[in-house]
Amino acid sequence: MTAAAEGSAPLAASRPGRKPLLQSESAQGLALITPTFLYALVLLVLPILVVIAHSFWTQHYLTIDRTFTLENYRIALTEPIYRDLLWRSLYISLVTSVATVVLAYPNAYYISFHGGHRKGLWLFLITIPFWTSYLLRVMSWKVILGYNGVLNSGLMGLGIIDEPITALLYNSNSVIITLVHAWAAFAILPIFVSLEKVDRTLIEAAKDLGDGPLRSFLRVTLPLSAPGVISALLIVMIPTVGDYVTPKLVGGKDGVMIANAIQAQFGKASNWPLGAALSVTTMIVVTAMAGAAVLIIRRAARLAR
Amino acid sequence: MPEHSVRPMGEIRPMIEIRNVTRSYGAFKALDEANLSINEGEFFSLLGPSGCGKTTLLRMIAGFDNPTTGSIAVDDQPMAGIPANRRPTNMVFQSYAIFPHLNVEQNVGYGLKRLKLEAGEERRRVEEALAQVSLTGLGKRGATELSGGQRQRVALARALVMRPKVLLLDEPLSALDKKLREQMQVELRRLQQAVGITFVLVTHDQYEALAMSDRIAVMFGGRIAQVASPKEIYQRPVNRQVADFLGGMNFVRGEIIEENGASLTLDTLGFGRVSTEKPTAFVRNGGAATLGIRPERLRVLWDDETSQFQVTGTVVERHYFGEITHLVVEIPGLEKPLSVTETNDFGADDIPVGSAVRLAYDPEALVAMAD
Repeated sequence: MTAAAEGSAPLAASRPGRKPLLQSESAQGLALITPTFLYALVLLVLPILVVIAHSFWTQHYLTIDRTFTLENYRIALTEPIYRDLLWRSLYISLVTSVATVVLAYPNAYYISFHGGHRKGLWLFLITIPFWTSYLLRVMSWKVILGYNGVLNSGLMGLGIIDEPITALLYNSNSVIITLVHAWAAFAILPIFVSLEKVDRTLIEAAKDLGDGPLRSFLRVTLPLSAPGVISALLIVMIPTVGDYVTPKLVGGKDGVMIANAIQAQFGKASNWPLGAALSVTTMIVVTAMAGAAVLIIRRAARLAR
Repeated sequence: MPEHSVRPMGEIRPMIEIRNVTRSYGAFKALDEANLSINEGEFFSLLGPSGCGKTTLLRMIAGFDNPTTGSIAVDDQPMAGIPANRRPTNMVFQSYAIFPHLNVEQNVGYGLKRLKLEAGEERRRVEEALAQVSLTGLGKRGATELSGGQRQRVALARALVMRPKVLLLDEPLSALDKKLREQMQVELRRLQQAVGITFVLVTHDQYEALAMSDRIAVMFGGRIAQVASPKEIYQRPVNRQVADFLGGMNFVRGEIIEENGASLTLDTLGFGRVSTEKPTAFVRNGGAATLGIRPERLRVLWDDETSQFQVTGTVVERHYFGEITHLVVEIPGLEKPLSVTETNDFGADDIPVGSAVRLAYDPEALVAMAD
């Protein structure tokens, strides 16, 4: 350390006060993120500010009245239709994210612990469904779950049911089933990564100290993979609250979610301020829910010890 | 090096019995027909270079690996089919494997949780184990806030608290710096004598093995070359490989003149005619044999000193190591020059390169061994 300090002293003396801007580490870091930052600023932060501004205004047919009002929020929070839609959206996203994580964990565990030399191949296979458009994948669930769909005709062919089950399509359940499938890979990957980081010696140590396979999983592997579980949960939960395409295609009348209502306000209903207020409300509620989920999991992990 | 007194245990009883154990990975044999008996209360070391099969053997005793053929018994119980979590052994891992999400207390108490002890009893045992490794008061410290030496102690306490019949240590000191390592060697030895548990240590550091063990098994290429006390291993290595691994050794070729019963008489070029004790497993291989003498068993003779057993040569190299000086002395007739280690109290560090020296040796220190 001393040698380095001595070596750099004459250099600094020859160029007093002119520390090259691009050579400092923080400047290099800033240079790296600047394009992304500008992009995010223009296309994310500004639109959100516009939305927030609109939510405090009023629309009279084609003109916007820019006097400050909380009327839109009153409607968004008290109108039963919007309250129900928001609750349903939260319920669907919560069930979807929990179900996705529960189903993804064994997959990730298998690839990480038993994937051997084929881990790369397994991960590759998981991404295959993403080669097709999301719309196509949702449509194929329609084919599977429909009145004359694959599932119904299959069950009837086997003689398990006499007439098609109508509860399969056009409700919250069909939205959840479709979303769980659509988001599976996004949950498998973070869980896989965190499982890969679990030092296998720790599992051996747990066994050495008397734990059977289940106990060592619950006491070592699961808590240490909690970061992956939390990120998987959030990655699925946050976008699904505001999903618009899935409920539109397979949700029917009973599967409508808050995003569909927001879209209606910005579209047919031509009430941008109300749409904006609904958007902002949803954002705040999602943030609160995500925060609560993180806190609950952290607390649970602490108790599990 | 301290002489370890005989344990006041009375009868010697085997704690671990390893019978014809082979572990193969395809055509490669990590361990080849190993036979070993480790006694109760013994500090036993498996010593060898990396890849010699010592860790494989340790992991098979722990239950993390299984013999391809052969059997392992701990305390007269055959271990075949018994998983690691139901064996009366506990392990200190090379990386220590401290649970990062638990604090010191929770790490040490990890194995006790399952035993459903009374709350007070569990606490008392954790405290006792922490005291044994001098970590009292650090119970609430997070696993990530520990120094290397402290992590090692936590790993030790976590295993000791289980009161195993056998404690397995996989190169536990290799990650520590020299000073701490030497301190821990003394502490480990003291701890083992205090608790009286059988310790099996895997190490590639010969000084570590010599300093701590009651007995050592030296291993090469999946085979056990020699099992004996540190002194025996150091002074009477069975072959050149063992001799070399345990520190410096001068090798001298000799013609066998006479072989009878327990003794061997050889003619050597540098040392003349030598009579020596025949090694137990000596197999005559033609008319020649190898003799070895440790560098510190050669002594420089000053001015008027004489010895009945001496050789004369020229100093060709001198290396200074603080308390000792290492001399390389060419002896007429010997293929390779002799290495001599001299303490510096008499001025060995001032012997000029190129000067003639006489070296005295104890004929007892010249030992015959297999190639």
